[in-house]
Amino acid sequence: MNENGIGASVRRKEDQRFLIGKGNYTDDINVAGQTHAVFVRSPHAHAEIKGIDCSGALAAPGVVAVLTGDDLAADGIGPLICGVTVTSDDGEPHRAPAHPALAQGKVNYVGDHVAIVIAETRAQARDAAELVDVDYNVLPAVIDTGSAADSGQQQIHEVAPDNVCYNWPFGDKDGVEAAFAGAHKVSKLDLVNNRMVTNPMEPRAALGEYNPGTDEITLHLTTQNPHVHRLVLSAFNQLAPEHKLRVVGPDVGGGFGAKIFVYAEELVVGWACRKIKRPVKWNGDRTEAFLADAHGRDHVSTAEMAMDENGKFLAMRVQTQANLGAYLSTFSTMVPSYLYAFLLAGQYSTPLIYSEVKAVFTNTAPVDACRGAGRPEATYLVERLVDICAADMGLDPAEIRRRNFIPVDAFPYQTPVVQCYDSGDYPAALDKAMELADYSGFSARAEEAKSRGKLRGIGLSSYVEACGIAPSAAVGQLGAGVGLWESAQVRFNPTGNVQVFTGTHSHGQGHETTFAQLVCDQLGVPIENIEVIHGDTAKTQFGMGTYGSRSLAVGGVAIARACDKLIAKGKKIAAHALEAAEGDIEFADGNFSVAGTDKAMNIAEVAFTAYVPHSYPEGVEPGFDENAFFDPTNFSFPAGTHICEVEVDPDTGVVEVVKYSAVDDFGRLINPMIVEGQVHGGIAHGVGQALLEGCSYDSEGQLITASYMDYAMPRADNLPSFDIDYAPTNPPDNPLGVKGCGEAGAIGAPPAVINAISNALGVRHIDMPATPETVWRAAQQAAAVSA
Amino acid sequence: MSTVSMTVNGEAVCGEVESRTLLVQFLRENLGLTGTHVGCDTSQCGACVIHVNGKSVKSCTMLAIQADGADVTTIEGLANEAGLHPMQQAFMDNHGLQCGFCTPGMVMSALDIVNRNGHELDESTVRKELEGNICRCTGYHNIVKAVQAGAKAMGGS
Ligand code: FES
Ligand code: FES
Repeated sequence: MNENGIGASVRRKEDQRFLIGKGNYTDDINVAGQTHAVFVRSPHAHAEIKGIDCSGALAAPGVVAVLTGDDLAADGIGPLICGVTVTSDDGEPHRAPAHPALAQGKVNYVGDHVAIVIAETRAQARDAAELVDVDYNVLPAVIDTGSAADSGQQQIHEVAPDNVCYNWPFGDKDGVEAAFAGAHKVSKLDLVNNRMVTNPMEPRAALGEYNPGTDEITLHLTTQNPHVHRLVLSAFNQLAPEHKLRVVGPDVGGGFGAKIFVYAEELVVGWACRKIKRPVKWNGDRTEAFLADAHGRDHVSTAEMAMDENGKFLAMRVQTQANLGAYLSTFSTMVPSYLYAFLLAGQYSTPLIYSEVKAVFTNTAPVDACRGAGRPEATYLVERLVDICAADMGLDPAEIRRRNFIPVDAFPYQTPVVQCYDSGDYPAALDKAMELADYSGFSARAEEAKSRGKLRGIGLSSYVEACGIAPSAAVGQLGAGVGLWESAQVRFNPTGNVQVFTGTHSHGQGHETTFAQLVCDQLGVPIENIEVIHGDTAKTQFGMGTYGSRSLAVGGVAIARACDKLIAKGKKIAAHALEAAEGDIEFADGNFSVAGTDKAMNIAEVAFTAYVPHSYPEGVEPGFDENAFFDPTNFSFPAGTHICEVEVDPDTGVVEVVKYSAVDDFGRLINPMIVEGQVHGGIAHGVGQALLEGCSYDSEGQLITASYMDYAMPRADNLPSFDIDYAPTNPPDNPLGVKGCGEAGAIGAPPAVINAISNALGVRHIDMPATPETVWRAAQQAAAVSA
Repeated sequence: MSTVSMTVNGEAVCGEVESRTLLVQFLRENLGLTGTHVGCDTSQCGACVIHVNGKSVKSCTMLAIQADGADVTTIEGLANEAGLHPMQQAFMDNHGLQCGFCTPGMVMSALDIVNRNGHELDESTVRKELEGNICRCTGYHNIVKAVQAGAKAMGGS
C-alpha cells in the first residue's frame, strides 16, 4: 500500500494553518475602503409595514447608505428562490410565495430583513440601525406546526390558502389499507421531530467588492457551494451575469447544511457594494444566526405498522405535517418529501408503504436541510416505530429488526419507495454492533445500576440513508432545477507538482487531504507535491458543492476520472519518448514503463515533456492538465446499527449517555481517521437533538432560544467517547467503492438515544429533546402507573 | 478614544480604541491577529479564548482598555521556528479539529487546563474543563484525546 494513499490515516494537510491561527475565514478578510453593514430585522413575527423612515439613520455619524426593499425592487433584483418543485395533490406545483431579500410591505418572521444600514464602522452601523423607524401593523402569527393549516388560522401568504405549501401523498394507499385490514397487529406512534438550529460555529458572513473597471462583483461568502451561489445569484436574482460574478467560499467554519442556501444578506451585500461603489462587509452575530439561518427538522407525525403473527412488517402508513417556516429556503421543499418519504423503508423489507406529507407555512424562520436533511426524520420515525412494534409483539428489539431486514442476497434492492439500495449487509452490522456494545451483558449492568438507584436503558437504531447526492436524471425527474454532477481538474505543473481543483467545498471534512490521497494513490505523486484547491469560482471550473455526503462519492470520482485521462495521455507521451508502441506502455506507482523492459520514465518527466514538447508525439496536444465531470447512476446507501446505553437518574431526570457504539457501512474508507471524526461529530449532533437541542418560539413568534444561554448545544461533558467500527460492503454503482459518511451519526443517533431512554424508564415514548424535566415527568408517571 | 498598550505574543503593541472596543476586536481589527475567533455574543462558545497574564480569558468578554499593560498570548504566539507547540501537534496527531473555527480557543483553553491540572489528565477532568468551549464538528472525542496527549507531551519536554 502507498503509505499516503487510499486507506491510510494521513494527518490533515489543512491543519497547519488552522492550528497556528492562519485560517482564512470570511470575517478575517478585510479590504481597503470597506464599509460595514448591519441589517434591520423585524421584531414581529407577522406584520404589515406601513412606512419606513430612514432619515434618522441617514443623519447618524459615519452612515454611508440605508437601503430598503423599495431600492432593491427599483434595481430589478429578483426574489430568493426555491430550486425544487414538489407537485401537490391537486396537480399544481407547490405554493411559492415571493421571498424578497428585503421586505416589501410585509414581514413574516422575527428576524426577517427590513433594511440594510451601511456605515464606516460596524459600531456606527449598529447604532444607526436602531434609528431606522419602521411603522408596523402587527398581525396575528401562526407558529405551531401541527395546527398551522387548521381552519380559522391567519393566512400568511395570499398564494397559500390554509398556509399549505403542498399536500404530497406518496405510495400505494389502497394496498396499504388492505394490508392493515388483514393484519395480525397494528402498532401506532405519534411523534414530533424537534426543530433544530444548525449552528455551525462560524456565523454567516459576506464581503462584497465591486470593480468598476471590470464591472465585476466579488463576493466572499460563508458558503458550502460557491458555484451554486453564483448560478442562483446570476440566473435568478439578476445580481450580475455569471462571468461578472466571482463567488469565493474561503475557509468556512462548519456548515452542516446551513451554508448551502442563498440568503438575503448575501444577495443584498452583493447588490449594495455595486450601488455604493465601495466594499461592504456583513458579519452576522450568533443571535442573527439563531434568528435567520435556515432551521432544521420540525415535523409532527403519526406512524403505523401492520404486522403478521411473527412480527413481519406487512405495511407502513405515515402522516407528517412539516413546517417550512415563513418562506421557502433554497432546497426546503425537497427535505420533507423526497429526502424523507423515499427513506421510509429503512433497512426493512416492508412491501407496502404509504405516506402523506403536508408542508405548511408559519411565521418562523425558513426551515431547510440540516445535517441529514429528511433522513434523520425518516430514520427517527421508523426506528422508534420498530421499537414500539417489538414491544407490542413481545420481541427483543434486535430480534424484530433481524426478522425484517432486507436479506443480504436481495441487493441491489428495490424498495417500494423509489430508492434502489446499492449494497448492504444489515445483519452483519447489527451483530458487530451488539458485540461492540456487549448487548448480552446489558441486563447485568442494568442490575448493577439499579443498586445505585439509577435506571439503565439500551437502544438500537438500524439506519439507512441516501448519500452521494445525486444522479442528475433522478433529481431532474423529481423537480430539481439543477444537475448534481461534480467536476474536477487535475493539473500538473511543468516541475511535476500537482494542483487538484474540485467543485466540492471543504468546511471541516478534510478534502484537502482525502482528495490528495486519491491522487497520490492513483498517480504515484508524493502527497506533499499535491495541492487541493476549492471554493473559488474563478479557480475551479464548476461544481455543485458539498452537502448530502456527496463530495467523495461524486467529486472524488470526478478527480479519479481526470487522473484516468492524464494516464491515457501520459502513455502516448511516454511511448514516443521511450520509442515503444503505446499499447506496450504500462503505468504503475507513478512510472510509465515499456512492458517486459526496464525502460521507464516517471510521471513528472512526462509532465515536463508535455510542457516542453521539443520531441513530442504527433497529434497530441501539449500540456498535462485534464478535467472531468462525473454524474453518478445512483445514490449511495450508507447504513449501520448504532447502540446507545444510558443511565437515568429518576430523582433529577438527568440522562447520562454511558456507552455509544456505532458500526457503519461506508464502503471503502480513504482516510479512516477522517471518517471516524465525521462519525463522532455526527453522533454528537444526533445526541444533541435527542437530549438537548430544541428550538422554541412563543405563541407570538418570539424566538425564546436565541442564544447559547437558552439553546443547549452539546458540550464535552454531555458526551462519552464513542466506540466505532465498520461493516463495509462494496457498492457496485460507485467507481471508488465509497458511500459517504458525513451525516450517518446525526441520522443514527436520535432514535438510539430515545429508544434507550424509553427502555430505561419503561415507557412507550418520550419526545425529543429528552431534557431532565421531560424525563423526570416521564419517570414520575411511569412510577405512578407501576405503583 | 483612548490609547492602550500591551504585550502581545512577546511584542509591545499599542493602539487607539473606543471605550466599548472589546479585546477580541482590538486583536482582530487593530492588530490583524485573526486567529482568535468570535462564535457567539453571550460568552458561551470559547472560540475567543486567549491568555491574559498567563490565565485563560474569553476575549469577547473583556474590554481592550482593561488589558492595558497586560501580557497577552494568542494562538499566533504558540508555534516557533522549531515547529508547532506540543499541544498544537497533539491536536493535529489526534485529528482534534475539523473546520478549525473552535480550534484556537480549544488549544488556548487546553493550555490553561494543563497549567491548572498538570500533565496527567483523565477523560472526565478534560470534559468538565472544556465546558466553556463549544465545537460543532468533532463530537469532542478527538479533542479530549488531543488535550490528554498534548498535556503529556508538554510534561515530557
Ligand atoms: S466569542 Fe463566544 S465566548 Fe467569546
Ligand atoms: S472543529 Fe469545527 S467547530 Fe470545532
